[in-house]
Amino acid sequence: MPATAALKATCLNAAHRSMRAKMVDFGGWDMPVQYSSLVEEHLAVRRSVGVFDVSHMGEIDITGPEALRLTDYVTTNAAGRLKTGQIHYSGLLYEHGGFVDDVLVHKVAEDHYFLCVNASNQEKDFVHIRAHNRFDAQVQLSSDDYAQIAIQGPNARATLQNLTAADLAAMRYYWFIDGTVSGTPARIARTGYTGEDGYEIYVAPAAAPRLWNEILGAGKEFGIKACGLGARNTLRLEAKMALYGHEIHASITPWEADLGWIVKLDKGDFVGRAALAKQKEQGIQRKLIGFEMADRGIGRDGYEVLVDGAPAGWVTSGSPAPSLNRNIGLCYLPVAEAHVGRAIEVVIRSQPVAAVTVETPFYKRAK
Amino acid sequence: MYPEDYRYTKEHEWVHVEGDTGTIGITDHAQHELGDIVYVDFKYGRETLKPGQHVDQGKTIGSVESVKAVSDIYSPVSGEVVDLNGTLADAPEKLNEDPHGGAWLVKIRLSNPGELANLLSAADYQTYIGAEK
Repeated sequence: MPATAALKATCLNAAHRSMRAKMVDFGGWDMPVQYSSLVEEHLAVRRSVGVFDVSHMGEIDITGPEALRLTDYVTTNAAGRLKTGQIHYSGLLYEHGGFVDDVLVHKVAEDHYFLCVNASNQEKDFVHIRAHNRFDAQVQLSSDDYAQIAIQGPNARATLQNLTAADLAAMRYYWFIDGTVSGTPARIARTGYTGEDGYEIYVAPAAAPRLWNEILGAGKEFGIKACGLGARNTLRLEAKMALYGHEIHASITPWEADLGWIVKLDKGDFVGRAALAKQKEQGIQRKLIGFEMADRGIGRDGYEVLVDGAPAGWVTSGSPAPSLNRNIGLCYLPVAEAHVGRAIEVVIRSQPVAAVTVETPFYKRAK
Repeated sequence: MYPEDYRYTKEHEWVHVEGDTGTIGITDHAQHELGDIVYVDFKYGRETLKPGQHVDQGKTIGSVESVKAVSDIYSPVSGEVVDLNGTLADAPEKLNEDPHGGAWLVKIRLSNPGELANLLSAADYQTYIGAEK
């Protein structure tokens, strides 16, 4: 069946359909939510290896003599501390301190920073960065130049190493190289959104369908599974990685989202700094915290949270955790209540169900 | 895939009538759309659904919850509940494996067999889910 005309499709759309993936409208993109079983796909990543089409993600290049100054000015983390070939997680904020987006910043060269941004935010991010560009720098929305494939799990390295001469063992976590995968020029980054070790590779869209099949072939000995956005969501939730539109959005600041570590107030001025400095001084009112259902039920996104029987917050993400056999979630609570071990209730279809706040991440891989 | 002697709803339930009793379940299409099923709950109004309860056609008799989503179950027929599939409480994943057989949900003694005329044939249901996509 053809995708609805209004939906955007990645260069791997035909591959997903030929694999009989269940397709959904994901922020305007026709994307695979699962191929076989979300739980099986999730567990393949935890135990061995899985591959994801994340070509819907956006890419923005910031280049020019003052590329660093612009990158540092529009993001919260200290881009100046990145070495060439290094990556970090960062925030793109409005002046009022709320999130425009969360991004991965790659330092390609002294005069070149490469940002991986959320699919549905890419135009907004591009406009935002350009609007703040009072430097000698160029900003380019490069998403059409890239397909992105994520290979994740304990056997991700062995799978990808079958296809590249690059020395993957020598590449550290959150570093990247520009090399080749199966003869195709590729930016190979040791990053991911699953809580496992793994790689995200950026290639020309035309090369992606062949590469997709070669990765599936290279991982066959490890039982590789193609994984949809459903497993991607449960994997990132277990690892407590934020999802834009859920844990973070325009009305949430990094302090509230428990992402203070990506804010470097001492690095000099940046968009949102004044608001963040003020909020730090005054203190936050609400904070993100993990919870686990104590009674039967799944506290899902948007459900109300009660403390001592009174409305106190809301669930940002909630799901069964396939690796943990528990029902977990993240929620915003008043700061005074946002401590581990607090008994709360999640209102599930008009019914308050007992839960308790817990330490996060819910899942942490053995190093 | 879709048995000819079952009748189907647009809400993706099926009913298989033998004598005066209809066995009810969710369709293969429904389980596929939901994905990995983790809970099956039987409820009528605010009460737990039990044998002896009279239910009306089109009313909610419970819900099926997967990792990704939760979906209500609507009774395809009116009548008295005579049995509930207790095996699903401990093994909800059976709904993904055998939705048209062993993972039936409830059995209802029909009070108005004429209602079956409101339901879809296997062929019409398959046309319907094809068009829905």
